[in-house]
Amino acid sequence: MKIPYYPGCTLKTTAKNFESSAIASAKQLGIEMEEMPRWNCCGTVYSLASDDLMHQIAPIRNLVRIQEAHGDKVVTLCAMCYNTLKQANLLVKKNPDKLNTLNLFMDDMEGYKGNVKVLHPLEIFRDEYSFEKIKEKIKKPLNRLKVVPYYGCLLTRPAEVAIDDAEEPIVLKKFMETLGAEVVNTPYKIECCGSYHTVNNRDVVAMRTYDIITSAAKMGGEAIVLSCPLCEFNLDARQKDVEKAHRDFKNMPVLYFTQLLAIALGLDESVCGFEQHYVDPRPLLKRKGLVR
Amino acid sequence: MSSKTQESKMDKSEKKIRTIRVYVMGKSYDIPEGFTIMKAIEHAGYRYIRGAGCRAGFCGACATVYRKRDDYKLYTALACQTTAEEGMYLVQLPFVPANKKFYDLNLIKPTGTVMTSHYPEIARCVSCNTCAKACPQDLEVMDIIQASLRGDIEKAAQLSFDCLQCGLCTIRCPAEIAHYHVAQLDRRLYGKYILPRSKHLAETVKEVESGKYEKEMKKLTTMKLEELKTLYKNRDIETGD
Repeated sequence: MKIPYYPGCTLKTTAKNFESSAIASAKQLGIEMEEMPRWNCCGTVYSLASDDLMHQIAPIRNLVRIQEAHGDKVVTLCAMCYNTLKQANLLVKKNPDKLNTLNLFMDDMEGYKGNVKVLHPLEIFRDEYSFEKIKEKIKKPLNRLKVVPYYGCLLTRPAEVAIDDAEEPIVLKKFMETLGAEVVNTPYKIECCGSYHTVNNRDVVAMRTYDIITSAAKMGGEAIVLSCPLCEFNLDARQKDVEKAHRDFKNMPVLYFTQLLAIALGLDESVCGFEQHYVDPRPLLKRKGLVR
Repeated sequence: MSSKTQESKMDKSEKKIRTIRVYVMGKSYDIPEGFTIMKAIEHAGYRYIRGAGCRAGFCGACATVYRKRDDYKLYTALACQTTAEEGMYLVQLPFVPANKKFYDLNLIKPTGTVMTSHYPEIARCVSCNTCAKACPQDLEVMDIIQASLRGDIEKAAQLSFDCLQCGLCTIRCPAEIAHYHVAQLDRRLYGKYILPRSKHLAETVKEVESGKYEKEMKKLTTMKLEELKTLYKNRDIETGD
Protein backbone atom coordinates (compact mmCIF):
# COMPACT_ATOMS: atom_id res chain seq x y z
CA MET A 1 0.00 0.00 0.00
CA LYS A 2 1.31 3.39 -1.00
CA ILE A 3 0.03 6.56 0.66
CA PRO A 4 1.03 10.22 0.23
CA TYR A 5 2.66 11.58 3.37
CA TYR A 6 2.40 15.17 4.59
CA PRO A 7 5.29 15.84 7.01
CA GLY A 8 4.86 19.35 8.46
CA CYS A 9 7.72 21.46 9.78
CA THR A 10 8.19 19.77 13.18
CA LEU A 11 8.89 16.41 11.57
CA LYS A 12 11.78 18.05 9.71
CA THR A 13 13.27 19.75 12.78
CA THR A 14 12.58 18.75 16.39
CA ALA A 15 10.79 15.46 15.62
CA LYS A 16 13.01 13.89 12.94
CA ASN A 17 13.06 10.70 15.03
CA PHE A 18 9.26 10.47 14.87
CA GLU A 19 9.44 10.65 11.06
CA SER A 20 12.28 8.18 10.60
CA SER A 21 10.79 5.61 12.98
CA ALA A 22 7.31 5.95 11.42
CA ILE A 23 8.48 5.63 7.81
CA ALA A 24 10.70 2.65 8.59
CA SER A 25 8.02 0.83 10.61
CA ALA A 26 5.30 1.48 8.06
CA LYS A 27 7.59 0.16 5.32
CA GLN A 28 8.20 -2.97 7.37
CA LEU A 29 4.42 -3.45 7.48
CA GLY A 30 4.17 -2.95 3.72
CA ILE A 31 2.85 0.61 3.91
CA GLU A 32 4.89 3.03 1.84
CA MET A 33 4.61 6.60 3.11
CA GLU A 34 5.64 8.74 0.18
CA GLU A 35 6.46 12.38 1.04
CA MET A 36 4.54 14.90 -1.06
CA PRO A 37 6.98 16.56 -3.50
CA ARG A 38 5.58 19.99 -2.65
CA TRP A 39 3.92 21.05 0.60
CA ASN A 40 3.52 24.09 2.80
CA CYS A 41 2.76 24.78 6.45
CA CYS A 42 -0.48 23.09 7.63
CA GLY A 43 -1.70 26.36 9.13
CA THR A 44 -0.32 25.37 12.57
CA VAL A 45 -3.43 26.05 14.62
CA TYR A 46 -6.91 25.60 13.18
CA SER A 47 -8.51 29.04 13.10
CA LEU A 48 -11.80 29.09 15.00
CA ALA A 49 -12.84 32.53 13.77
CA SER A 50 -15.78 31.96 11.43
CA ASP A 51 -14.93 34.92 9.17
CA ASP A 52 -11.22 34.14 8.87
CA LEU A 53 -10.68 32.33 5.59
CA MET A 54 -7.09 33.55 5.21
CA HIS A 55 -5.89 30.89 7.66
CA GLN A 56 -7.69 28.11 5.78
CA ILE A 57 -5.63 28.67 2.64
CA ALA A 58 -2.57 26.79 3.87
CA PRO A 59 -4.33 23.52 4.83
CA ILE A 60 -6.57 23.52 1.75
CA ARG A 61 -3.63 24.23 -0.57
CA ASN A 62 -1.97 21.06 0.75
CA LEU A 63 -5.13 19.06 0.05
CA VAL A 64 -5.23 20.45 -3.51
CA ARG A 65 -1.66 19.21 -4.01
CA ILE A 66 -2.88 15.70 -3.10
CA GLN A 67 -5.85 16.09 -5.45
CA GLU A 68 -3.54 17.29 -8.26
CA ALA A 69 -1.50 14.10 -7.89
CA HIS A 70 -4.78 12.11 -8.19
CA GLY A 71 -4.64 11.08 -4.53
CA ASP A 72 -7.71 10.61 -2.37
CA LYS A 73 -6.02 10.42 1.02
CA VAL A 74 -3.04 11.72 2.94
CA VAL A 75 -1.36 10.55 6.11
CA THR A 76 0.26 12.92 8.57
CA LEU A 77 2.19 12.16 11.74
CA CYS A 78 2.04 15.45 13.60
CA ALA A 79 -1.09 15.73 15.75
CA MET A 80 -1.27 19.48 15.11
CA CYS A 81 -1.09 19.03 11.32
CA TYR A 82 -3.61 16.20 11.50
CA ASN A 83 -6.05 18.32 13.48
CA THR A 84 -5.64 21.45 11.34
CA LEU A 85 -5.83 19.67 7.97
CA LYS A 86 -8.82 17.60 9.03
CA GLN A 87 -10.76 20.50 10.55
CA ALA A 88 -10.13 22.73 7.52
CA ASN A 89 -11.20 19.86 5.26
CA LEU A 90 -14.41 19.49 7.21
CA LEU A 91 -15.08 23.23 7.17
CA VAL A 92 -14.96 23.49 3.37
CA LYS A 93 -17.00 20.31 2.91
CA LYS A 94 -19.71 21.75 5.14
CA ASN A 95 -19.53 25.24 3.60
CA PRO A 96 -19.44 25.21 -0.22
CA ASP A 97 -19.58 29.04 -0.23
CA LYS A 98 -16.37 29.23 1.77
CA LEU A 99 -14.73 26.64 -0.46
CA ASN A 100 -15.79 28.67 -3.48
CA THR A 101 -14.18 31.83 -2.06
CA LEU A 102 -10.98 29.93 -1.31
CA ASN A 103 -10.92 28.43 -4.80
CA LEU A 104 -11.46 31.84 -6.37
CA PHE A 105 -8.58 33.21 -4.35
CA MET A 106 -6.22 30.30 -5.13
CA ASP A 107 -6.49 30.93 -8.86
CA ASP A 108 -2.93 29.66 -9.34
CA MET A 109 -4.04 26.05 -9.02
CA GLU A 110 -7.07 23.83 -9.61
CA GLY A 111 -10.02 24.21 -7.27
CA TYR A 112 -10.39 21.87 -4.31
CA LYS A 113 -13.24 19.39 -4.66
CA GLY A 114 -13.28 18.23 -1.05
CA ASN A 115 -12.54 14.57 -1.71
CA VAL A 116 -9.23 14.06 0.08
CA LYS A 117 -9.29 12.09 3.32
CA VAL A 118 -6.90 13.09 6.11
CA LEU A 119 -5.58 10.15 8.12
CA HIS A 120 -3.41 9.59 11.17
CA PRO A 121 -1.14 6.50 11.19
CA LEU A 122 -2.92 5.20 14.28
CA GLU A 123 -6.14 5.14 12.25
CA ILE A 124 -4.42 3.32 9.40
CA PHE A 125 -2.83 0.78 11.74
CA ARG A 126 -6.10 0.23 13.62
CA ASP A 127 -8.77 0.49 10.90
CA GLU A 128 -7.12 -0.30 7.57
CA TYR A 129 -4.30 -2.60 8.61
CA SER A 130 -5.59 -3.98 11.94
CA PHE A 131 -3.67 -4.51 15.17
CA GLU A 132 -4.03 -8.29 14.77
CA LYS A 133 -1.99 -8.20 11.57
CA ILE A 134 0.65 -6.04 13.27
CA LYS A 135 0.82 -8.57 16.11
CA GLU A 136 1.77 -11.26 13.61
CA LYS A 137 4.78 -9.23 12.51
CA ILE A 138 6.21 -8.59 15.98
CA LYS A 139 9.72 -9.98 16.32
CA LYS A 140 10.66 -8.49 19.67
CA PRO A 141 7.63 -8.13 21.99
CA LEU A 142 7.98 -5.31 24.49
CA ASN A 143 7.59 -7.74 27.43
CA ARG A 144 8.08 -6.28 30.88
CA LEU A 145 8.18 -2.69 29.59
CA LYS A 146 5.66 -0.67 31.56
CA VAL A 147 4.41 2.10 29.31
CA VAL A 148 2.01 4.92 30.13
CA PRO A 149 -0.06 6.14 27.15
CA TYR A 150 -0.50 9.90 27.02
CA TYR A 151 -2.96 11.32 24.50
CA GLY A 152 -2.90 15.08 24.70
CA CYS A 153 -5.80 16.80 22.98
CA LEU A 154 -5.37 17.07 19.22
CA LEU A 155 -6.21 13.50 18.21
CA THR A 156 -9.38 13.36 20.29
CA ARG A 157 -10.87 16.86 20.09
CA PRO A 158 -13.17 18.10 18.69
CA ALA A 159 -15.43 15.05 18.21
CA GLU A 160 -15.84 15.61 14.43
CA VAL A 161 -12.16 14.91 13.80
CA ALA A 162 -11.40 12.63 16.76
CA ILE A 163 -9.84 9.22 16.22
CA ASP A 164 -10.94 8.10 19.68
CA ASP A 165 -13.04 9.02 22.72
CA ALA A 166 -12.02 12.37 24.23
CA GLU A 167 -12.44 11.35 27.88
CA GLU A 168 -11.47 7.69 27.79
CA PRO A 169 -9.27 7.04 24.75
CA ILE A 170 -7.90 3.52 24.32
CA VAL A 171 -6.14 3.48 20.94
CA LEU A 172 -2.60 3.81 22.35
CA LYS A 173 -3.39 1.28 25.08
CA LYS A 174 -4.56 -1.27 22.51
CA PHE A 175 -1.62 -0.48 20.29
CA MET A 176 0.90 -0.95 23.09
CA GLU A 177 -0.77 -4.23 24.12
CA THR A 178 -0.40 -5.32 20.49
CA LEU A 179 3.33 -4.72 20.81
CA GLY A 180 3.38 -6.82 23.97
CA ALA A 181 3.97 -4.01 26.46
CA GLU A 182 2.49 -3.78 29.91
CA VAL A 183 0.16 -0.79 29.86
CA VAL A 184 -0.14 1.44 32.92
CA ASN A 185 -2.99 3.90 33.20
CA THR A 186 -2.78 7.42 34.58
CA PRO A 187 -5.66 9.85 35.17
CA TYR A 188 -3.44 12.48 33.60
CA LYS A 189 -3.48 10.82 30.18
CA ILE A 190 -5.77 13.45 28.66
CA GLU A 191 -4.53 16.44 30.67
CA CYS A 192 -3.02 19.35 28.73
CA CYS A 193 0.77 19.33 28.29
CA GLY A 194 0.87 23.14 28.35
CA SER A 195 0.99 23.38 24.57
CA TYR A 196 2.43 26.63 23.20
CA HIS A 197 2.95 28.08 26.67
CA THR A 198 6.28 26.35 26.18
CA VAL A 199 7.42 29.41 24.19
CA ASN A 200 6.90 32.17 26.74
CA ASN A 201 5.50 30.49 29.85
CA ARG A 202 7.91 27.64 30.41
CA ASP A 203 6.96 27.39 34.09
CA VAL A 204 3.40 26.43 33.17
CA VAL A 205 4.69 23.59 31.00
CA ALA A 206 7.18 22.49 33.66
CA MET A 207 4.29 22.32 36.14
CA ARG A 208 2.21 20.18 33.78
CA THR A 209 5.18 17.95 33.02
CA TYR A 210 5.86 17.46 36.73
CA ASP A 211 2.25 16.44 37.42
CA ILE A 212 1.96 14.12 34.42
CA ILE A 213 5.31 12.35 34.86
CA THR A 214 4.97 12.06 38.63
CA SER A 215 1.54 10.50 38.24
CA ALA A 216 2.85 8.08 35.61
CA ALA A 217 5.69 7.05 37.94
CA LYS A 218 3.35 6.61 40.93
CA MET A 219 1.21 4.23 38.87
CA GLY A 220 4.32 2.16 38.20
CA GLY A 221 5.10 3.36 34.69
CA GLU A 222 8.61 3.37 33.25
CA ALA A 223 8.10 5.39 30.07
CA ILE A 224 5.51 7.68 28.52
CA VAL A 225 4.27 6.78 25.03
CA LEU A 226 2.57 9.42 22.90
CA SER A 227 1.95 10.61 19.36
CA CYS A 228 2.13 14.44 19.38
CA PRO A 229 5.50 16.14 18.73
CA LEU A 230 4.54 19.16 20.86
CA CYS A 231 3.54 16.93 23.80
CA GLU A 232 6.81 15.08 23.30
CA PHE A 233 8.83 18.28 23.41
CA ASN A 234 7.02 19.54 26.49
CA LEU A 235 7.07 16.31 28.48
CA ASP A 236 10.64 15.43 27.49
CA ALA A 237 12.70 18.62 27.05
CA ARG A 238 10.95 20.52 29.83
CA GLN A 239 12.00 17.86 32.37
CA LYS A 240 15.15 19.94 32.52
CA ASP A 241 13.13 22.79 34.09
CA VAL A 242 11.31 20.36 36.39
CA GLU A 243 14.64 19.05 37.72
CA LYS A 244 15.53 22.55 38.85
CA ALA A 245 12.21 23.16 40.60
CA HIS A 246 11.78 19.74 42.24
CA ARG A 247 14.76 18.01 43.80
CA ASP A 248 12.83 14.76 44.30
CA PHE A 249 11.87 14.54 40.62
CA LYS A 250 13.00 11.48 38.70
CA ASN A 251 13.33 11.66 34.92
CA MET A 252 11.20 9.43 32.74
CA PRO A 253 11.80 8.68 29.04
CA VAL A 254 9.14 9.89 26.62
CA LEU A 255 8.71 7.89 23.41
CA TYR A 256 6.75 8.07 20.19
CA PHE A 257 4.53 5.05 19.53
CA THR A 258 6.39 4.59 16.25
CA GLN A 259 9.74 4.20 18.03
CA LEU A 260 8.36 1.34 20.11
CA LEU A 261 6.76 -0.12 16.98
CA ALA A 262 10.12 -0.04 15.20
CA ILE A 263 11.80 -1.83 18.11
CA ALA A 264 9.02 -4.43 18.32
CA LEU A 265 9.25 -5.07 14.57
CA GLY A 266 12.94 -5.81 15.07
CA LEU A 267 14.22 -2.79 13.14
CA ASP A 268 17.62 -1.30 13.80
CA GLU A 269 17.48 1.24 16.61
CA SER A 270 19.18 3.82 14.37
CA VAL A 271 15.76 4.55 12.79
CA CYS A 272 14.50 5.63 16.22
CA GLY A 273 16.84 8.60 16.68
CA PHE A 274 16.92 8.07 20.46
CA GLU A 275 19.75 10.59 20.74
CA GLN A 276 17.28 13.37 19.93
CA HIS A 277 15.52 13.02 23.31
CA TYR A 278 16.47 15.03 26.38
CA VAL A 279 15.87 12.00 28.62
CA ASP A 280 17.76 9.17 26.94
CA PRO A 281 15.45 6.12 26.72
CA ARG A 282 18.28 3.76 25.83
CA PRO A 283 19.35 2.76 29.38
CA LEU A 284 15.76 1.67 30.15
CA LEU A 285 15.35 -0.16 26.84
CA LYS A 286 18.72 -1.83 27.37
CA ARG A 287 17.70 -3.05 30.83
CA LYS A 288 14.62 -4.59 29.22
CA GLY A 289 16.74 -6.25 26.57
CA LEU A 290 15.10 -4.28 23.76
CA VAL A 291 18.16 -2.49 22.40
CA ARG A 292 21.80 -3.43 22.45
CA MET B 1 12.98 70.73 -51.98
CA SER B 2 9.41 71.56 -52.89
CA SER B 3 6.86 72.00 -50.16
CA LYS B 4 4.88 69.07 -51.58
CA THR B 5 7.68 66.54 -51.07
CA GLN B 6 8.30 67.90 -47.61
CA GLU B 7 4.67 67.31 -46.70
CA SER B 8 4.61 63.77 -48.04
CA LYS B 9 7.78 62.98 -46.08
CA MET B 10 6.18 64.24 -42.89
CA ASP B 11 3.11 62.12 -43.53
CA LYS B 12 5.27 59.08 -43.95
CA SER B 13 7.16 59.57 -40.69
CA GLU B 14 3.98 60.37 -38.79
CA LYS B 15 2.37 57.22 -40.06
CA LYS B 16 5.38 55.19 -38.91
CA ILE B 17 5.07 56.13 -35.24
CA ARG B 18 2.00 54.51 -33.81
CA THR B 19 1.13 55.59 -30.33
CA ILE B 20 -0.68 54.04 -27.40
CA ARG B 21 -2.39 55.76 -24.50
CA VAL B 22 -1.07 55.05 -21.01
CA TYR B 23 -1.78 56.67 -17.65
CA VAL B 24 1.16 57.64 -15.47
CA MET B 25 0.01 58.30 -11.91
CA GLY B 26 -3.45 59.03 -13.26
CA LYS B 27 -2.50 61.42 -16.08
CA SER B 28 -2.89 60.30 -19.67
CA TYR B 29 -0.02 60.30 -22.17
CA ASP B 30 0.29 59.14 -25.75
CA ILE B 31 3.58 57.34 -26.13
CA PRO B 32 5.14 55.46 -29.04
CA GLU B 33 4.17 51.82 -29.27
CA GLY B 34 6.80 49.25 -28.35
CA PHE B 35 8.44 51.14 -25.50
CA THR B 36 9.18 49.45 -22.22
CA ILE B 37 7.27 50.75 -19.19
CA MET B 38 10.47 52.49 -18.11
CA LYS B 39 10.88 54.28 -21.44
CA ALA B 40 7.17 55.11 -21.57
CA ILE B 41 7.35 56.88 -18.22
CA GLU B 42 10.49 58.72 -19.31
CA HIS B 43 8.89 59.66 -22.61
CA ALA B 44 6.01 61.17 -20.64
CA GLY B 45 8.56 63.52 -19.08
CA TYR B 46 9.49 61.88 -15.79
CA ARG B 47 13.13 61.48 -14.83
CA TYR B 48 14.31 58.55 -12.71
CA ILE B 49 16.27 59.49 -9.65
CA ARG B 50 15.54 56.18 -7.91
CA GLY B 51 13.82 53.08 -9.25
CA ALA B 52 16.13 52.49 -12.22
CA GLY B 53 19.49 50.80 -12.52
CA CYS B 54 20.98 48.48 -15.11
CA ARG B 55 18.04 48.75 -17.55
CA ALA B 56 18.75 45.15 -18.56
CA GLY B 57 16.72 43.04 -16.15
CA PHE B 58 19.52 42.15 -13.80
CA CYS B 59 19.72 44.66 -10.97
CA GLY B 60 16.15 44.55 -9.68
CA ALA B 61 15.94 48.30 -9.06
CA CYS B 62 12.95 49.05 -11.30
CA ALA B 63 10.11 47.22 -9.55
CA THR B 64 6.86 48.50 -10.98
CA VAL B 65 3.14 47.94 -10.48
CA TYR B 66 0.38 48.44 -13.02
CA ARG B 67 -3.17 47.64 -13.91
CA LYS B 68 -4.76 47.08 -17.30
CA ARG B 69 -8.08 48.52 -18.39
CA ASP B 70 -11.05 46.32 -17.40
CA ASP B 71 -8.84 43.87 -15.52
CA TYR B 72 -9.04 43.52 -11.72
CA LYS B 73 -5.52 42.09 -11.41
CA LEU B 74 -2.71 44.18 -9.98
CA TYR B 75 0.33 43.32 -12.07
CA THR B 76 3.95 43.56 -11.00
CA ALA B 77 7.06 43.59 -13.18
CA LEU B 78 10.47 45.06 -13.86
CA ALA B 79 9.82 48.33 -15.72
CA CYS B 80 12.85 47.83 -17.98
CA GLN B 81 11.71 44.39 -19.11
CA THR B 82 8.01 44.87 -19.77
CA THR B 83 6.44 46.40 -22.86
CA ALA B 84 3.90 49.15 -22.24
CA GLU B 85 0.44 48.35 -23.59
CA GLU B 86 -2.60 50.38 -24.54
CA GLY B 87 -4.60 51.41 -21.49
CA MET B 88 -2.03 50.63 -18.82
CA TYR B 89 -2.13 52.44 -15.50
CA LEU B 90 1.48 52.93 -14.45
CA VAL B 91 3.47 54.01 -11.42
CA GLN B 92 7.06 53.35 -10.50
CA LEU B 93 8.22 52.19 -7.05
CA PRO B 94 11.30 54.12 -5.99
CA PHE B 95 12.15 51.79 -3.10
CA VAL B 96 10.77 48.91 -1.01
CA PRO B 97 11.28 49.37 2.72
CA ALA B 98 12.22 46.13 4.52
CA ASN B 99 14.15 45.22 7.64
CA LYS B 100 17.29 43.16 7.27
CA LYS B 101 18.56 41.38 10.34
CA PHE B 102 22.07 42.04 11.53
CA TYR B 103 24.06 38.84 11.86
CA ASP B 104 27.60 37.53 11.80
CA LEU B 105 27.75 34.53 9.48
CA ASN B 106 30.68 33.15 11.45
CA LEU B 107 28.56 32.96 14.58
CA ILE B 108 25.40 31.37 13.20
CA LYS B 109 24.92 27.85 11.84
CA PRO B 110 22.44 26.36 9.33
CA THR B 111 20.29 24.77 12.04
CA GLY B 112 16.58 23.93 11.79
CA THR B 113 15.63 27.06 13.71
CA VAL B 114 18.16 29.63 12.49
CA MET B 115 15.70 31.11 9.97
CA THR B 116 12.79 31.41 12.40
CA SER B 117 15.02 32.92 15.07
CA HIS B 118 16.24 35.64 12.69
CA TYR B 119 12.97 36.19 10.85
CA PRO B 120 10.20 34.91 13.18
CA GLU B 121 7.58 36.58 10.98
CA ILE B 122 7.99 33.78 8.39
CA ALA B 123 5.78 31.73 10.75
CA ARG B 124 2.97 34.14 9.79
CA CYS B 125 2.96 32.81 6.20
CA VAL B 126 -0.57 31.65 5.34
CA SER B 127 0.54 30.10 2.02
CA CYS B 128 -1.52 32.56 -0.03
CA ASN B 129 1.13 32.49 -2.78
CA THR B 130 0.75 36.22 -3.49
CA CYS B 131 4.55 36.55 -3.35
CA ALA B 132 5.08 34.02 -6.13
CA LYS B 133 2.40 35.68 -8.26
CA ALA B 134 4.21 39.01 -7.83
CA CYS B 135 7.68 37.73 -8.69
CA PRO B 136 8.98 39.06 -12.06
CA GLN B 137 11.53 36.23 -12.07
CA ASP B 138 8.78 33.59 -11.77
CA LEU B 139 10.34 32.15 -8.63
CA GLU B 140 8.35 29.94 -6.26
CA VAL B 141 8.70 32.51 -3.49
CA MET B 142 6.15 30.87 -1.18
CA ASP B 143 8.09 27.61 -1.35
CA ILE B 144 11.27 29.52 -0.42
CA ILE B 145 9.59 30.81 2.75
CA GLN B 146 8.06 27.41 3.48
CA ALA B 147 11.45 25.70 3.09
CA SER B 148 13.01 28.32 5.39
CA LEU B 149 10.26 27.70 7.93
CA ARG B 150 11.10 24.03 8.13
CA GLY B 151 14.86 24.63 8.18
CA ASP B 152 15.49 23.33 4.65
CA ILE B 153 18.15 25.95 3.86
CA GLU B 154 19.54 24.08 0.88
CA LYS B 155 16.17 24.00 -0.87
CA ALA B 156 15.45 27.64 -0.06
CA ALA B 157 18.86 28.69 -1.39
CA GLN B 158 18.42 26.75 -4.61
CA LEU B 159 14.89 27.99 -5.22
CA SER B 160 15.96 31.61 -4.67
CA PHE B 161 19.12 31.53 -6.79
CA ASP B 162 17.67 33.88 -9.45
CA CYS B 163 16.27 36.45 -6.98
CA LEU B 164 17.05 40.05 -7.99
CA GLN B 165 15.86 41.49 -4.66
CA CYS B 166 13.40 43.82 -6.38
CA GLY B 167 11.11 43.59 -3.32
CA LEU B 168 7.80 43.09 -5.13
CA CYS B 169 7.06 39.94 -3.06
CA THR B 170 7.74 41.91 0.08
CA ILE B 171 5.43 44.76 -0.78
CA ARG B 172 2.56 42.38 -1.64
CA CYS B 173 2.84 39.99 1.33
CA PRO B 174 -0.12 40.06 3.74
CA ALA B 175 2.12 38.54 6.43
CA GLU B 176 4.64 41.39 6.04
CA ILE B 177 7.55 39.04 5.36
CA ALA B 178 10.72 40.42 3.72
CA HIS B 179 11.23 37.39 1.48
CA TYR B 180 14.31 38.61 -0.29
CA HIS B 181 16.22 39.24 2.94
CA VAL B 182 15.14 35.83 4.25
CA ALA B 183 16.31 34.17 1.02
CA GLN B 184 19.60 36.04 1.16
CA LEU B 185 20.31 34.60 4.61
CA ASP B 186 19.41 31.15 3.22
CA ARG B 187 21.89 31.55 0.38
CA ARG B 188 24.63 32.92 2.64
CA LEU B 189 24.28 29.99 5.04
CA TYR B 190 24.15 27.59 2.09
CA GLY B 191 27.29 29.08 0.58
CA LYS B 192 29.22 29.12 3.81
CA TYR B 193 28.22 25.83 5.41
CA ILE B 194 26.47 23.50 2.97
CA LEU B 195 28.07 23.87 -0.47
CA PRO B 196 31.20 21.75 -0.83
CA ARG B 197 34.46 23.69 -0.52
CA SER B 198 36.44 24.24 -3.70
CA LYS B 199 39.79 22.48 -3.50
CA HIS B 200 41.26 24.59 -6.28
CA LEU B 201 40.49 27.80 -4.43
CA ALA B 202 42.24 26.63 -1.29
CA GLU B 203 45.26 25.53 -3.33
CA THR B 204 45.42 28.82 -5.21
CA VAL B 205 45.10 30.88 -2.02
CA LYS B 206 48.01 28.87 -0.61
CA GLU B 207 50.03 29.62 -3.75
CA VAL B 208 49.25 33.33 -3.49
CA GLU B 209 50.24 33.37 0.16
CA SER B 210 53.48 31.55 -0.55
CA GLY B 211 54.42 34.38 -2.93
CA LYS B 212 54.27 32.37 -6.13
CA TYR B 213 52.77 35.22 -8.15
CA GLU B 214 54.62 38.15 -6.60
CA LYS B 215 57.31 38.30 -9.27
CA GLU B 216 54.75 38.32 -12.07
CA MET B 217 52.61 40.95 -10.31
CA LYS B 218 55.61 43.21 -9.82
CA LYS B 219 56.47 42.83 -13.49
CA LEU B 220 52.93 43.85 -14.49
CA THR B 221 52.59 46.76 -12.11
CA THR B 222 55.89 48.31 -13.17
CA MET B 223 55.39 47.73 -16.89
CA LYS B 224 55.09 50.70 -19.27
CA LEU B 225 51.53 51.43 -20.42
CA GLU B 226 52.26 50.69 -24.10
CA GLU B 227 53.87 47.35 -23.24
CA LEU B 228 50.90 46.50 -21.04
CA LYS B 229 48.48 47.35 -23.84
CA THR B 230 50.35 45.12 -26.29
CA LEU B 231 50.37 42.31 -23.76
CA TYR B 232 46.65 42.74 -23.27
CA LYS B 233 45.91 42.78 -26.99
CA ASN B 234 47.89 39.61 -27.58
CA ARG B 235 46.49 37.69 -24.63
CA ASP B 236 44.93 34.24 -25.00
CA ILE B 237 41.18 34.56 -25.35
CA GLU B 238 38.91 31.64 -24.66
CA THR B 239 36.70 30.96 -27.65
CA GLY B 240 33.11 29.84 -27.34
CA ASP B 241 33.85 26.24 -28.21
